Amino acid sequence: MRRAVRVGAAAAVALGAALWCASAPATAPAPFAGPPGDAAQGARIFLASGCGSCHATPGQDDPLRLGGGMAFATPFGTFRAPNISPGSEGIAGWSVADLARAVREGVSPDGRHYYPAFPYASYRAMTDGDLADLYAYLLSLPPDPAPDLGHDLAFPFTIRRGIGLWKRAFVHEGWVMAEAADPEVNRGAYLANALAHCGECHTPRNAAGELDRGAWMAGAPNPAGRGRIPALTPDALGWSASDIAFYLETGLTPAYDSAGGHMVAVIANFAQLPEADRRAVAAYIKALPPR
Amino acid sequence: MKVSIPAIAALALIAGAATAQEIRPEVKARQGQFQTLSINLGILGGMARGDVAYDAVRAEAAARSIAGVSMVDIAALFPEGTDAMSIEGTRAEPAIWDNLPDVLTKWQAGRAPGGAGEAAAAKGPQDIGAALGGLAGACKACHDAYRTPN
Repeated sequence: MRRAVRVGAAAAVALGAALWCASAPATAPAPFAGPPGDAAQGARIFLASGCGSCHATPGQDDPLRLGGGMAFATPFGTFRAPNISPGSEGIAGWSVADLARAVREGVSPDGRHYYPAFPYASYRAMTDGDLADLYAYLLSLPPDPAPDLGHDLAFPFTIRRGIGLWKRAFVHEGWVMAEAADPEVNRGAYLANALAHCGECHTPRNAAGELDRGAWMAGAPNPAGRGRIPALTPDALGWSASDIAFYLETGLTPAYDSAGGHMVAVIANFAQLPEADRRAVAAYIKALPPR
Repeated sequence: MKVSIPAIAALALIAGAATAQEIRPEVKARQGQFQTLSINLGILGGMARGDVAYDAVRAEAAARSIAGVSMVDIAALFPEGTDAMSIEGTRAEPAIWDNLPDVLTKWQAGRAPGGAGEAAAAKGPQDIGAALGGLAGACKACHDAYRTPN
């Protein structure tokens, strides 16, 4: 009996140690090689990625005031977007490698995991060039003094190390569709997945919050409450590529009804992108495999 | 033919139920108004997208219709008890009745893009496309807060 307890205790310690190691963030930012970014190009990456839609200070009209504070109620608790302006409460002092590690790996410069409310599982495919451009653009914006408001989460989600295990289990390389023959479809796949992170809402999740890759863009319950996020797969969405591009520009559906919910923010961003970007996303949506 | 009294009573009940289900004229009026907007937006949208050839007379008529509808005072079309919780066949959020002044302000905010649409319609498809964004923005402002999700 005593022996069994000793073995059990040893096993628990070993398991704890293994979990501790498995949940650890990568210790140092990966070296980031490449030319300095271009802020004008970064504005496009910023819009396509929807950074401002979550990080802009709520309750005011300037979409480039990135003081954070927007609250997101979820089953895990309430998340609040942090300040990502180039001020001392934001990303002042960050290197481009720090930004790359935050955006692609979900790890802060001081080595803590970010919660996946920050869609790094999608952004992980962002190219070095786009990240460098985004970095240059973010640094060109006005600093904002708003302090970080923190999250209100329920136990055990308060343990950030848990996110490390979640990442190991559920963050996957790439996205569902294989490289297509049409470069416009591939460009659209990059825009829709690596930048616009459409799948974060349009793809259903399991109880652990993992995206169901067998049902990519097949629609999901609305995380913000009532209703459903619509399916974009061709079996469910009867829109033409031109309909989709027009919707992303004007917010008008083929029935000339107006967009609602979070898509309003997405359209405000996409309306400012070149027509070619909207057409590429439309081409990708039309190329999705049916459910 | 002999008709029993219970049968008559049953028929009367059914007729009564049918009357109770009838959509109130205010609800019909506001839904017709939104349909009028949508149909005319469709005419402008078709030209902006190049699906339909640009026709200045048709475009201006459509834009004028949108601007005209936006001038209607909608306060009378939202009587108490016509929200989505109280009756079938509407997506009107109960919140409308908690914030009527805001609803009316948002509705009136559609008048400026309505006017801009008229000016754009006379110019050409490119201008119409730009004006549509403004019009859609005015629709969204209200739908976000005051229309139930699909």
